[in-house]
Amino acid sequence: MTLYRRSWKLTFLPQFLQPVFYLLAFGYGLGFFIRREVQGYEFIEWMAPGLAASAAMNAAAFELTFNVFGKFSWSRLYESVITTPLEPEDVALGEIMWGVTRAVLYGTVFFMVMLLLGHIHQPYAPLAFVAFALTGLAVGLVALIFTGVINDMDYFSYFFNLFLIPLFLFSGIFFPVDVMPAVAQKIAWMTPLYHGVQMTRAATLTGDLGAMLGHGLWLIVFSLLLFLPTINLFRRKLII
Amino acid sequence: MSRDLDYYGEDLFAVAPAVRANGLVKRYGSITAVDGVTFEVPSGGCYGFLGPNGAGKTTTIKMITCVSPPSSGTLEVLDLDVGRNQREIKGRVGVVPQGMTLDTEIKVRENLVVHGIYHGIGKREAERRGDEMLEFAHLTGRADARVQELSGGMQRRLLIARALMNDPELLVLDEPTTGLDPQARHLVWERLRSLKRQGKTLLLTTHYMEEAARLCDRILVIDNGKVVAEDSPTGLIERHVPPRVLEVHHVEGLEDKIHRAIADCVSEVENIGDRIIAFGQNGETMISRLKEAGMEHHPMLLRDATLEDVFLRLTGHGLTD
Repeated sequence: MTLYRRSWKLTFLPQFLQPVFYLLAFGYGLGFFIRREVQGYEFIEWMAPGLAASAAMNAAAFELTFNVFGKFSWSRLYESVITTPLEPEDVALGEIMWGVTRAVLYGTVFFMVMLLLGHIHQPYAPLAFVAFALTGLAVGLVALIFTGVINDMDYFSYFFNLFLIPLFLFSGIFFPVDVMPAVAQKIAWMTPLYHGVQMTRAATLTGDLGAMLGHGLWLIVFSLLLFLPTINLFRRKLII
Repeated sequence: MSRDLDYYGEDLFAVAPAVRANGLVKRYGSITAVDGVTFEVPSGGCYGFLGPNGAGKTTTIKMITCVSPPSSGTLEVLDLDVGRNQREIKGRVGVVPQGMTLDTEIKVRENLVVHGIYHGIGKREAERRGDEMLEFAHLTGRADARVQELSGGMQRRLLIARALMNDPELLVLDEPTTGLDPQARHLVWERLRSLKRQGKTLLLTTHYMEEAARLCDRILVIDNGKVVAEDSPTGLIERHVPPRVLEVHHVEGLEDKIHRAIADCVSEVENIGDRIIAFGQNGETMISRLKEAGMEHHPMLLRDATLEDVFLRLTGHGLTD
């Protein structure tokens, strides 16, 4: 079957620079005050893989929220796409693949910055690309479902402020989750970015293959659970 | 005109109808948008759905273009069942939607190429066909413009060009000239007539009588989800209204007097606001009766019956916008 394809547009730089700024500000700036090592690693070394995973998450989340909402409502582009042999399922699949592509792209660019700064330490480090893809997939599906359910883009404020930013802050990027209360740790475990961060860190920093596999599996199962509801949502919205 | 009719006559016997609907129904919850319509769109020529907003035209179009499943009844497009052959039907049908559904993030030509790729045409072929369609739509000079830079008429022509990317056998247009100025509208009509000459089947919805009369070989009048009449434009007029119409203007307070004066020579009289519209066989008789009643200087207009009169009579109300 024909694949749904998107035209490329590059609003690349600002989204990519954000995590780099975090790396510089928190890693080198705040790191100046942090003399302690984190789990046996220098603070910036420990934090960098988490930021890479968050770059992947943000890329997928941004791509699959506002842009998709616009194609449902303002431009109603999907309405014309489904007059071709493409069905709503193809459109959903295309968007998911596009979100994952963006996630891998942004994660990889950040990975290159880490490489440049000497923060890549493991031969298995390229497995981080899989972590970027899975993080993008899991978060992207959540973003698509949220976008499909809301009828006013003001609600995106909930998605970003109550979902995406808390994930960014509490998924073990800046400090290990075990310093948080047990309840918060459990909540972190149930969210996708935590596993994306752990998987990336295992790939580039610790080389713990078991951790990579475990967190990777978590992301796969999570994505599988959301996959059909996402696809069906597109059909329900477009075929009326 | 006669060439179009000849073509249509030949094809009627040679090819299966482009669309065949039988007892077609569409319900949304408790609302019945389309209530058991039966019709056949012959292959070749232009077929029009005429009706007020909310009549069920767009809903019927959506069922024909396989983006809305019928609640009951049968619907075949190009001899294929819409319930089973969506992809194949959609591959052979072109759709010009009512709203602007262009991709504003990419350029004019890219809109065509991407749409061609969705249809499974290779990129190179899509580019070639895109240039051809730009020329057809008189948009070649705007190939690299942004969609927002186009005027309303140009955007509509781009939508038509896009719908032609898959070289469809059936082109479906939902209100193709709504909101356009007269120049833009005439250019769209001219392009549509040229498609008719190429032998494509056109199916359009409209609430413009002039559009229906100028373009359509056959018209299905729909109101409240039901078929009210089906015929050629001239056939509709001949069958449903007397040939001559007298409009009397500024009739406030004179209604009874006018009704009495022309009562014996008209077959129907309607009051619409401050006008009276009388239908009859002989216009001159109607005028002479009004003169006898001392109204020879009253503003009035004698004309031939039009589709609009048919509509007023068939639906009992004017076209509401």
